[in-house]
Amino acid sequence: MELKDKLISSYVAFENGVDINSDIHEIRSKALQNFEDLGFPTKKLEAWKYTSLNAVLKEDYSIFPKAETAIELADVKKYFIHDIDTYKIVFIDGKYSSFLSETTHDNMDICLLSSALTKPKYKAVIENYFNKIAKQDNLTSLNTAFANEGAYIYIPKNVEVEKPIQIINFTTGAENATMLQPRNLIVAERNSHVQIIERHQSLTDNAALTNSVTEIFVDTHANVDYYKIQNDNINASLVDNTFVEQQKEGICSVHTFSFGGNITRNNLNFYQKGEHIDSILKGITIIEGKQHVDHHTLVHHIEPNCESHQDYKGIYSDRSTGVFNGKVIVEKEAQKTNAYQQNNNVLISDKATINAKPQLEIFADDVKCSHGCTIGQLDDQALFYMQQRGIPKKEANALLMYAFANTVLESVKIPEVKKRITNIIADKLGVDIGFDL
Amino acid sequence: MSKYTEDDLREELKTKEYEYGFYTDIESDKFPNGVNEDIVRAISKKKNEPEWMTEWRLEAFRVWEKMEEPEWANVHYKKPNFQDISYYSAPKKKPKLNSLDEVDPEMLATFEKLGISLLEQKRLANVAIDIVMDSVSVATTFKETLAEKGIIFMPISEAIQEHPELVRKYIGSVVPTTDNFYAALNSAVFSDGSFCYIPKGVRCPMELSTYFRINESGTGQFERTLVVADKGSYVSYLEGCTAPQRDENQLHAAVVELIALDDAEIKYSTVQNWFPGDAEGKGGVFNFVTKRGLCETNAKISWTQVETGSAVTWKYPSCILKGNNSVGEFYSIAVTNNFQQADTGTKMIHLGKNTKSTIISKGISAGKSQNSYRGLVQIGSRAENARNFSQCDSLLMGNECGAHTFPYIETKNKSAQIEHEATTSKIGEDQLFYCNQRGIDTEKAIALIVNGFSKEVLNKLPMEFAVEAQKLLEISLEGSVG
Repeated sequence: MELKDKLISSYVAFENGVDINSDIHEIRSKALQNFEDLGFPTKKLEAWKYTSLNAVLKEDYSIFPKAETAIELADVKKYFIHDIDTYKIVFIDGKYSSFLSETTHDNMDICLLSSALTKPKYKAVIENYFNKIAKQDNLTSLNTAFANEGAYIYIPKNVEVEKPIQIINFTTGAENATMLQPRNLIVAERNSHVQIIERHQSLTDNAALTNSVTEIFVDTHANVDYYKIQNDNINASLVDNTFVEQQKEGICSVHTFSFGGNITRNNLNFYQKGEHIDSILKGITIIEGKQHVDHHTLVHHIEPNCESHQDYKGIYSDRSTGVFNGKVIVEKEAQKTNAYQQNNNVLISDKATINAKPQLEIFADDVKCSHGCTIGQLDDQALFYMQQRGIPKKEANALLMYAFANTVLESVKIPEVKKRITNIIADKLGVDIGFDL
Repeated sequence: MSKYTEDDLREELKTKEYEYGFYTDIESDKFPNGVNEDIVRAISKKKNEPEWMTEWRLEAFRVWEKMEEPEWANVHYKKPNFQDISYYSAPKKKPKLNSLDEVDPEMLATFEKLGISLLEQKRLANVAIDIVMDSVSVATTFKETLAEKGIIFMPISEAIQEHPELVRKYIGSVVPTTDNFYAALNSAVFSDGSFCYIPKGVRCPMELSTYFRINESGTGQFERTLVVADKGSYVSYLEGCTAPQRDENQLHAAVVELIALDDAEIKYSTVQNWFPGDAEGKGGVFNFVTKRGLCETNAKISWTQVETGSAVTWKYPSCILKGNNSVGEFYSIAVTNNFQQADTGTKMIHLGKNTKSTIISKGISAGKSQNSYRGLVQIGSRAENARNFSQCDSLLMGNECGAHTFPYIETKNKSAQIEHEATTSKIGEDQLFYCNQRGIDTEKAIALIVNGFSKEVLNKLPMEFAVEAQKLLEISLEGSVG
């Protein structure tokens, strides 16, 4: 059976497990209808011109993993940022793992979407925010149709969350290929501050497909700092749909580190709904083999006096392919916008491919919008200079690449995350040097 | 002295009438509206074409019938009814001319209004003009001078008769009949155009130039231009357009093919100023053009365009850099005003080693217009050391217009070096203030700034054309360009 048909027919089974008389369920049913009409994206769609999901969709995925699989902390500890104290929301095959998690209801809610969707206490927040900014496109609709579990983070006014929050989704799928559809809702009220680290990790050699949707609401003067670490194994594919809505003077930054996985597609959308907003979108991509990473960003400037900064660096080796499609829309009212977009790529193999499409759509006249996109190589002379001074070629190369990607790392605010990323980069580049010397 | 502000300029832009909108009454020989195989055959017969040409057209027509009009461009318009257009219109009086004195005086008056007196040009400007008026060439000058060098420059319909081997070899080789909707239509029904062949090692001593004009109401203009520069030759080709004011939308779907063989160089410059529609966005020309050049080893093709007219422009002059060390260039100024929409840019396809391309695109939008740059830079996996530099700058005047950039960059080779940058800005108050302080009034200051903004492209135009380009910018952005 085609995956699309399988998903649609399994919806009935899904309904058994949820409250079908709720408003939420109406949203789900509508979204399913939408997905039924649209189907999976194909290369004919402009937004999917360079990324084909065909091979990934051929797998026979199990949609509802049977039982809860227990995993030992020792086995998965390395996937956590474990050297600092954090809140943790951990899911194993889409099911919440209370053993690995550390949640709280103390002055804020860091818990599960499934309980937020059903308990009356959360009704107001859910009604105000759930599925309000998620697009009606095919994969987001598919996620909405099956939306039930994920992280629910609600930070009230004037609260500064004292430690970062980690959201980790493990796939065990020992017997079958597994498809997961986590759904996260994050609301940061006025003047609050929160840091979040998100990771998807497959623990199996079987294929895994994750279609994740995250909605983030950043209220007036709130600050959300989000890190996505994508270093999954080679059989895992990820479609990450993130939607951010910012109110005036809100700051939100999303850093995406893509090092692993089969096909990784990041749809990152920012909507600026007030003045003096700052949006920061940054990413480092280092891939090899036949990996494919596709970054699709959208920054929608709706109100005046806002800023957006995008900086994406990519290093591609072997037969890997990279896509960057950045779109900045500046509405007529959004005067004095300052939008900046930078995308630099290095190809280190003849078989690697990069497709870049930095787009600007501007309807206001008093704006500063610029984008730069380069594709090139590392500087041979710099390499020679270092070799002359006794640095082996491999290390010299790695140093240059690290320097190339460093503009993104500079703005990482959690030192442990920075250290982790640095280690992953060193590992990717096959060197054993600490870059932060 | 009253203060001249950007608002005044906008006001003036809105009210500025199309100066070159007039209509010459020349009896024409017109086909019934619509297109089908019989019409295609009839056009071919009218032109007295050989069998292979008729077949080629029919093939294109059959392909076209199956195609759909493209919708991906960032333009919105009421689609033309292709069965409501007359596909052939030729001025009835078509004498074979021996000298300019025999040209219809009425037609001469038309050109006079356009500011190109043939006599004057012949005497002073040293420019040979192959005048195309409603699809049929009427007069060709300097033919003898060119013939001495072995240069062939004639209407394509004559070239099909006189040099069938050359036309047959190259027509459709760069833009195949199946390329796109408009190119297929053009291939089926094109009525005339220009053909140019520069023999081996010849440097064309003058700028070749053609004037396109849409004259007869309700006729589409389907021009076909074919320029072949044989090994080691050089030619600079100019193309300029103006059209009379018309109420209903007119369709123009031209195809231009350039072939630069080894070590050859072609410089192709266009100034386009077709009727853009009035201040309410009524009328105007639809300009759907396919232009493409092929570069063999060490060859160079350079496109320069100044686009100020047309209600809707859909145009992407491209270079296929097939040979090693070949070079492609694209310099463009696109000005849109009122309700004009332009979706224009270029494609640089790097296939050979050490190929280079440069893209400089300047968009100026005013009124309620939409101006898009859409470009593709593609580096093939065997294109070692390919180099591209792209720069797209937009200047916005007023907050009702839009400027858009859609660059596609596809690279399959690690040695490629690609840079792309784009900026969007308006004329800064501080810039104006600086000029005012130094005694330059606001009008002159705006002129200065716009001129400076477009300078990189204007500089690339041949002298003869630069004057005209300046003139056209004046019409589009009256009072702002000195």
